Amino acid sequence: MQNTQMIEELKKIVGEEYVLTKPEDLYAYSYDATPGHSYMPDAVVIPGTAKEVSEILKYANTHKIPVYTRGSGTNLSAGTAPLKGGIVLLMLRFNKIIDVDLENLIAEVEVGVVVQDINDHVGQFGLMYPPDPGTVKTASLGGTISENAGGLRGLKYGITKNYVQGLEVVLTNGEIIHTGGKNVKDVSGYDMTKLFTGAEGTLGVITKAYLKLIPKPEADKSMIATFKTLEDAGNAVAGIIAAKIIPATLELIDNKTIRVVEDFMHVGLPVDAAAILLCTVDGNPIVVEDEAKRLEKVLADNNGEVHLAKSAEHKEQLWTARRMALPCLAKLRPTTFVEDATVPRSKIPAFLALVEKAAADNNVTIGTFGHAGDGNMHPTIVCDIRDEEEMKRVYAAMDAMFRGAVELGGTLSGEHGIGLGKLPWMEFQHGKAGMEAMKAVKRALDPNLILNPGKLLGEC
Amino acid sequence: MAKEITREAINAHDATLLRDIDDALANCMKCGNCQAVCPIYRETRKEHSVARGKISLMQAILNGKLPISGAFDSIMAHCLNCKSCAAACPCGVPADELILRGRDAAIKVRGLHPIKKNVFRLLRNRQLFDFALKMGGTFGGLTFKKIPGKMAAVSRLPMPGMDPNRATAPIASSPLRSQFPEVIKVPGAKLRVAFFTGCTINYMYTDMGTAVIDVLKANNIEVVIPGKQHCCATPVHVSGDFDLANEMARKTIEEFERFDVDYVIGACGSCVEALKDYPHWLEKDPVWKARAEKLSKKVREISEFLIEVGYDKSLMGPVNKTITMHDPCHMIRGIKVTQQPREILKSIPGVKFVEMKEHDRCCGSGGSFSLAHYELSRKINDRKCANIKATNADYVTASCPSCRMHITDGLVQNKMPQVVFHPIQVLAESYKNGKK
Repeated sequence: MQNTQMIEELKKIVGEEYVLTKPEDLYAYSYDATPGHSYMPDAVVIPGTAKEVSEILKYANTHKIPVYTRGSGTNLSAGTAPLKGGIVLLMLRFNKIIDVDLENLIAEVEVGVVVQDINDHVGQFGLMYPPDPGTVKTASLGGTISENAGGLRGLKYGITKNYVQGLEVVLTNGEIIHTGGKNVKDVSGYDMTKLFTGAEGTLGVITKAYLKLIPKPEADKSMIATFKTLEDAGNAVAGIIAAKIIPATLELIDNKTIRVVEDFMHVGLPVDAAAILLCTVDGNPIVVEDEAKRLEKVLADNNGEVHLAKSAEHKEQLWTARRMALPCLAKLRPTTFVEDATVPRSKIPAFLALVEKAAADNNVTIGTFGHAGDGNMHPTIVCDIRDEEEMKRVYAAMDAMFRGAVELGGTLSGEHGIGLGKLPWMEFQHGKAGMEAMKAVKRALDPNLILNPGKLLGEC
Repeated sequence: MAKEITREAINAHDATLLRDIDDALANCMKCGNCQAVCPIYRETRKEHSVARGKISLMQAILNGKLPISGAFDSIMAHCLNCKSCAAACPCGVPADELILRGRDAAIKVRGLHPIKKNVFRLLRNRQLFDFALKMGGTFGGLTFKKIPGKMAAVSRLPMPGMDPNRATAPIASSPLRSQFPEVIKVPGAKLRVAFFTGCTINYMYTDMGTAVIDVLKANNIEVVIPGKQHCCATPVHVSGDFDLANEMARKTIEEFERFDVDYVIGACGSCVEALKDYPHWLEKDPVWKARAEKLSKKVREISEFLIEVGYDKSLMGPVNKTITMHDPCHMIRGIKVTQQPREILKSIPGVKFVEMKEHDRCCGSGGSFSLAHYELSRKINDRKCANIKATNADYVTASCPSCRMHITDGLVQNKMPQVVFHPIQVLAESYKNGKK
């Protein structure tokens, strides 16, 4: 049987202990953090070197076996779910921070390293790697590169793609290529680094990255403001940017979420507020002081009731609502869909209104919180995936949200990726020609369509 | 002709065993946050090691996709019951309890592991258990060689199921309960407490038990040590053998009902947690649940007790040592007692208290887990030892005899000079120095 032969070949490449085939082991890699997607792979292979990855891809390419590259499996788009069976390529043995180059401020890191561990390591040199998705303590670097993860600091510091300066990638034909490098300026050829970043494992297998590091900010200051109307909150966000203040974080929590958090936590949140904004400015202590004053004024000018963080503990307390938003929403019902449709920041009030309408029209529970500063909101739908009738309404609400976001000039995904979750709306956003251009790239780099087949673009 | 048993029929049967936790399992949103805190996942980085993987596997059985197999059994066994996953879960899923339910289902389908079967048979009979361990203490010197200054021993002979270099606790030549009368009277006692010793303190670390008694006596508290007390049943409960565990819990309740006391105290986080949890274990039987509640209301861990009722600080003499503290899993995430032992240690003159990094992380013992998976538990413990080393402490304290044993082994293997004590022993030492 072909399966037995495949397993023998894989064992020859990586050694017997690094090929998992027991049904219980396979089942553990049938899913990721996305509800409703579980597909059994035929084998889980755990390579230790780029050369082994190359051998595996050569074999899989020759025999047209699907390959799904996986790190921690914490993505929210079914990006690592082994849709068509085949091989799960588990990259967690790539677990070394190879070098921190303090003269060029570049870290050379293997893809299996957890993002928080990178920050803990470079922190001792007074440096930081800014991308900080919610899963920063669990997500592997490779996963965050492939999904082009963002996080709370996106507005000021940008997202993963702004910090990936070079990659080592194994192509489906087994060739190992190096893109970019330590050069700050580099216009030699196509920007292949950016192409593989955010490709969701559909174009090649990333094994190592050169990451740009920046000095850690010396000081920060936090405050929260509560608003009686969404318009005021929206105007405050626009006002902050217009005042040329770029906060490190500028987070919004809607009324539904405030109520849910208060129900669970009893921390005295204003349950009548339409929205809460949480802001942090960071950088040079003198600049921080000045920006904080101006920020406070903008918030107040837009009818915000402002509370300044008096100490580190007080800041923690103020941030309770944001930190507990997802956990509290998740506790409401068994299944949680965290969406990330994103709109230009000026359209946030309009987007929040359409989310509220989608929830009401379809009788589903949606709490919204997220990164107001960069327009990336997280409408979070809580439901029970075991209830078919409810799920029909949930998908109808999603449809209204995604179409609405795109119609506002937004995008289906700000930071979670497309995978399978948002695939049905891709053509709506990109059009036939846009999809065809992307498919042409896919076919050129993966002619046998073995890498994460059926994801991001659907069938090619 | 006999009806053929199909794979589907087996799966359908196995699914029934987990039916009642369907909703509890469904609450796991598969975010994977447990990966950040699971000590085993941190070493193996395999999905089936972590709570999310185990919960998914139970759901696969519930959905009839997989049967309860040998592999299921060993995956469920791969858990320290350290509760880190439950404490970190954004959805509040009690993964630790659900994994015990998985073990329970595995026992129902496949039976107990033969070694556990024998140990539990011994545990079922208190007198036989007591006799066996007393014999072990009498003849222990023949088979175990003591390591000076560490309250530890290594085996002279190969022991089945044990690493030959492993340092373990010596079995006491005379158990704690044989060294003291059932009632230790003090003139004009202000309180009367019953002492649940637990097995490890009774048969191995009698120095911990003696310290508890010394401190209580110094504080004018009468101590009762019910003579027919037995194991708290934690090892049985966490193996998933709930029937036997509940039978043992009922025996403990009966034994402690014999005495009229103000409090029931223990010095082992796991035993204390079990006693406090008996009402939950016995919840299906309202009569026993009520009796369990009556007992559990009186139960305190020794440091929790001393902070609550107060202790005499005028008797304390100096202990000039640098001391760090490990938070045992069942203390920090079980009964949630972490500040009290620190407060006591910091109140002792001469003590320099230093917090270690990741003091709340499991030491890798997990009771019998370290016997079955020594190499893995050693790796987890080596991290603990590295964190201890960085503190430059003289003493490591831990309110749990199992942690003491496993950390002591780690210190021996890593050739480190530190000694492990229960915080109460440091207080007892201080009282002793105060008399000088």
